[in-house]
Amino acid sequence: MTTILAYPFKNLPTTSKWALRFAIRPLSCSSQLRAAPAVQTKTKKTLAKPNIRNVVVVDGVRTPFLLSGTSYKDLMPHDLARAALTGLLHRTSVPKEVVDYIIFGTVIQEVKTSNVAREAALGAGFSDKTPAHTVTMACISANQAMTTGVGLIASGQCDVIVAGGVELMSDVPIRHSRKMRKLMLDLNKAKSMGQRLSLISKFRLNFLAPELPAVAEFSTSETMGHSADRLAAAFAVSRLEQDEYALRSHSLAKKAQDEGLLSDIVPFKVPGKDTVTKDNGIRPSSLEQMAKLKPAFIKPYGTVTAANSSFLTDGASAILIMAEEKALAMGYKPKAYLRDFMYVSQDPKDQLLLGPTYATPKVLEKAGLTMNDIDAFEFHEAFSGQILANFKAMDSDWFAENYMGRKTKVGLPPLEKFNNWGGSLSLGHPFGATGCRLVMAAANRLRKEGGQYGLVAACAAGGQGHAMIVEAYPK
Amino acid sequence: MVACRAIGILSRFSAFRILRSRGYICRNFTGSSALLTRTHINYGVKGDVAVVRINSPNSKVNTLSKELHSEFTEVMNEIWASDQIRSAVLISSKPGCFIAGADINMLSACKTLQEVTQLSQEAQRILEKLEKSPKPVVAAINGSCLGGGLEVGVPAALDMMLTGRNIRADRAKKMGLVDQLVEPLGPGLKPPEERTMEYLEEVAITFAKGLADKKISPKRDKGLVETFYFTELTAYAMTIPFVRQQVYKKVEEKVRKQTKGLYPAPLKIIDVVKTGIEQGSDAGYLSESQKFGELIMTKESKALMGLYHGQVLCKKNKFGAPQKDVKHLAILGAGLMGAGIAQVSVDKGLKTILKDATLTGLDRGQQQVFRGLNDKVKKKALTSFERDSIFSNLTGQLDYQGFEKADMVIEAVFEDLSLKHRVLKEVEAVIPDHCIFASNTSALPISEIAAVSKRPEKVIGMHYFSPVDKMQLLEIITTEKTSRDTSASAVAVGLKQGKVIIVVKDGPGFYTTRCLAPMMSEVIRILQEGVDPKKLDSLTTSFGFPVGAATLVDEVGVDVAKHVAEDLGKVFGERFGGGNPELLTQMVSKGFLGRKSGKGFYIYQEGVKRKDLNSDMDSILASLKLPPNSEVSSDEDIQFRLVTRFVNEAVMCLQEGILATPAEGDIGAVFGLGFPPCLGGPFRFVDLYGAQKIVDRLKKYEAAYGKQFTPCQLLADHANSPNKKFYQ
Repeated sequence: MTTILAYPFKNLPTTSKWALRFAIRPLSCSSQLRAAPAVQTKTKKTLAKPNIRNVVVVDGVRTPFLLSGTSYKDLMPHDLARAALTGLLHRTSVPKEVVDYIIFGTVIQEVKTSNVAREAALGAGFSDKTPAHTVTMACISANQAMTTGVGLIASGQCDVIVAGGVELMSDVPIRHSRKMRKLMLDLNKAKSMGQRLSLISKFRLNFLAPELPAVAEFSTSETMGHSADRLAAAFAVSRLEQDEYALRSHSLAKKAQDEGLLSDIVPFKVPGKDTVTKDNGIRPSSLEQMAKLKPAFIKPYGTVTAANSSFLTDGASAILIMAEEKALAMGYKPKAYLRDFMYVSQDPKDQLLLGPTYATPKVLEKAGLTMNDIDAFEFHEAFSGQILANFKAMDSDWFAENYMGRKTKVGLPPLEKFNNWGGSLSLGHPFGATGCRLVMAAANRLRKEGGQYGLVAACAAGGQGHAMIVEAYPK
Repeated sequence: MVACRAIGILSRFSAFRILRSRGYICRNFTGSSALLTRTHINYGVKGDVAVVRINSPNSKVNTLSKELHSEFTEVMNEIWASDQIRSAVLISSKPGCFIAGADINMLSACKTLQEVTQLSQEAQRILEKLEKSPKPVVAAINGSCLGGGLEVGVPAALDMMLTGRNIRADRAKKMGLVDQLVEPLGPGLKPPEERTMEYLEEVAITFAKGLADKKISPKRDKGLVETFYFTELTAYAMTIPFVRQQVYKKVEEKVRKQTKGLYPAPLKIIDVVKTGIEQGSDAGYLSESQKFGELIMTKESKALMGLYHGQVLCKKNKFGAPQKDVKHLAILGAGLMGAGIAQVSVDKGLKTILKDATLTGLDRGQQQVFRGLNDKVKKKALTSFERDSIFSNLTGQLDYQGFEKADMVIEAVFEDLSLKHRVLKEVEAVIPDHCIFASNTSALPISEIAAVSKRPEKVIGMHYFSPVDKMQLLEIITTEKTSRDTSASAVAVGLKQGKVIIVVKDGPGFYTTRCLAPMMSEVIRILQEGVDPKKLDSLTTSFGFPVGAATLVDEVGVDVAKHVAEDLGKVFGERFGGGNPELLTQMVSKGFLGRKSGKGFYIYQEGVKRKDLNSDMDSILASLKLPPNSEVSSDEDIQFRLVTRFVNEAVMCLQEGILATPAEGDIGAVFGLGFPPCLGGPFRFVDLYGAQKIVDRLKKYEAAYGKQFTPCQLLADHANSPNKKFYQ
């Protein structure tokens, strides 16, 4: 409570009498308040670095995130990506011809549009002279798209970049079996009728068994939910804790939705259907209802259920990033700086989802900040159990010493600064698009709630992770 | 009602021990003194579930010992008597081991049949009580659960009783042996092993509560045998006496065929099950304990227990830890042996260079390693990903690049002294100072190989057996000059590769080859006397050898056998005589090299299991034919001519100090040469069969054939003083 009260004031310089006046009042109320960093200054005033160009976020948008199999189910991924791009054009009024480069992230690729960035850009009416490429890094694909853009700008290669991500889980490529594919390819090459017939004679009915894209780690064959359940068990996260956290996410998302805080959403008129204006996965329930669910992965005693996991989602996001001087020259008032970022990776079996724990201290150290400097935490919520396991890991000296080579624990992000407008559990998680949502949520929260630094962090399949500092642009 | 349930865990090996205290109430119903005196078992109560922890003190594994039995009985009685406790969980405090089985030391300590029978009955009583427990009992198993441990954990299945197979957790679940699987956890707030055990306990407690509250229904409520071995339909069929008789007969036949009647235990098990079914469970239990007692007292049991102890001994590094761990290994020669050594090294995480002189040779070797790993993938022992990452530990190459980082080089080039000298010199030019040069040779004396070395203290022999990934034995040969640290390193590498190791002194043929050679000479003699290879094979396998003598020659390679026979023949002269080595020479000249060339005594075809005799051998055999001596040519005589020569030479090795201990001699013979395990090895055989009887036989054959059968001095000493035993 007290820290929330103190929020708006703590960024002011200590010399401000106004701040002091307010700071004294809580001091007299209770001893506990003394600990609150009410008047603490930032360790660093800004993260600008000499001789390196500042990279700013002009603005970012996303389509509403929908449960897969709902209104977007007949679309193709590039349709959704196009909607995000046209939404961004509309929101920022950026002239298409100034965009130097377009990068999109995606995970499950539609084979027809494997460079979905290019197909979407062409369809959205960008210049055919603007190159585009697609990146993939599991759940941090959009993060990779953004940081690739940051690199291009910082190195002086580009001034204006559109980065984004898209995922359409309503339709995934289901393939013929390898045997069937081989037969079909061989048939293609067969020259005579005799060859063809002898090939066809090799056909067996089991060739027709389809191959589904797996949400399992290739290296371990373990599904992510299973790994999350084991992770939660390793950190002794109870079912109740997980359900409570999921409920928090849904409740906060609902509140943010009702209060109109999710301003990065652009409405999307789906061809042949109504205009979609808001996310449809936000469903605050009750703990009793959630307790009734059976475990989804480790049966019958696991703790990860459908209610405390993120759901399969369709959605796209896009963000306009520029060199600061370019943005200012074009008359923009940027929303935020993209500052230091960090990619980490670890054991894909037992530490699959611990990316945020590893990435957070590293990016803070790189930026010269501490946990206390962060005003808005935006972590990707793959599973309640994953977020809570990360919390426990960050709060454990033992873990820090034995697995991270640190002397002391990372420290716990204060919950009142954490995913205040909901997270992937409630808003949804289109794999390739979540990164931009996290950055825009951090940027928009800093503007709305006050504060200077936001921290974005996410885990990803392959045991990888990412964290980035978002600095509010001075008003 | 079978109230016993099991929760298995995919096992992971670790020696971490749990120290636990927090989180549960420690309670004791008979007063605290009893709790303090209990050393093997203690229990606490969580809610209404008793958690019984098994922890044999000062041991890596839990075994069913007398103390454990009595404490377990005590604890279970308290649990059954208590009103507060509604269910129980059995768990080990040792990660990786539930109960490994009966304590062999306890069994060997038993002097009489009655003692064993009594022990067995005690065990039965408690198991029976467990089975009939009015309160649900859940066994939470992490790691090995064998033999009697399995009976505690999960009432045993007939199939498992018979073959003593090790079953992986996921298969156990499929077989219905266990109810739930708990996968090992990764790092959390505590070491993974510790937290995994806690988690297993938590899950087991929930399960036990569920059973007590009747939320989970015990599906397996049938009798012991019916539930596990027979399906519903066969269970019905088993109620018809005639069908039962047929089943017993069939099983007995199969067992007899597999064991050749050399191992008494499986047949007795069938007897016991039969008694149990025909005359009721009480009679079955009684018969079980009696038969168990009888079995423990048999020679076979003593022989096998001796092997167990020997194996434990040969799994230790008596030279202590080496100064430097071998991390980078290089192997010269990608043949059958070289590639085999590579295979058992890469999967233990050793960075391994496999070097050959030709690309074709290298390709073949690399493919052998890959196939070995891929076979494990097919059997689901590895994932394809694990295979790939293991395989990436292997570097195949034709040059000496990277040898400057090698900690050990094992050469497995062709058995030719000048070639070995050449590679030794080449290698010494490129390896670092600390690097060990090991030679995988089966007969060339290591000191001769080391003669050209600049640093003979770093030269050692490592004699692997083919196929390397299947044969457990590694014979390490030290010369006068080999340093202690070099030996320590070689043993450490061998242990890492999963080998059972004997360390012997240098000499022609070392120990194993030297024992085998006279026996092989006798094989040739017997064949020359007109015994058909098939007949010879059946005589040797019925004596207990896993592979027939003629087949063994084919497997080893006729050219290798010829080489060895010539080399050792030169050194030992008459003692290795008997058969005419000309037989081997002629075979080699005709290209009959054994399995590898497709023809030897038998014909080998890819994909064909049946072995036909190689009819082209007839002319060779006919040209070397010798008349048999009817006095020493009975089936039994033939068997003993082979075995006594083997045994005589083994004892000679001990006499000459090639062998340090009889135990190593037994392990080497059984694990490397297939000496009948039921006899326990040549030295155990002398002890159990009687030195006098063996010397008598040798003397009889000596009279018929000559000096090759002269008993060695040590053997004669043992025959003269009956109190002398190799194992006291």
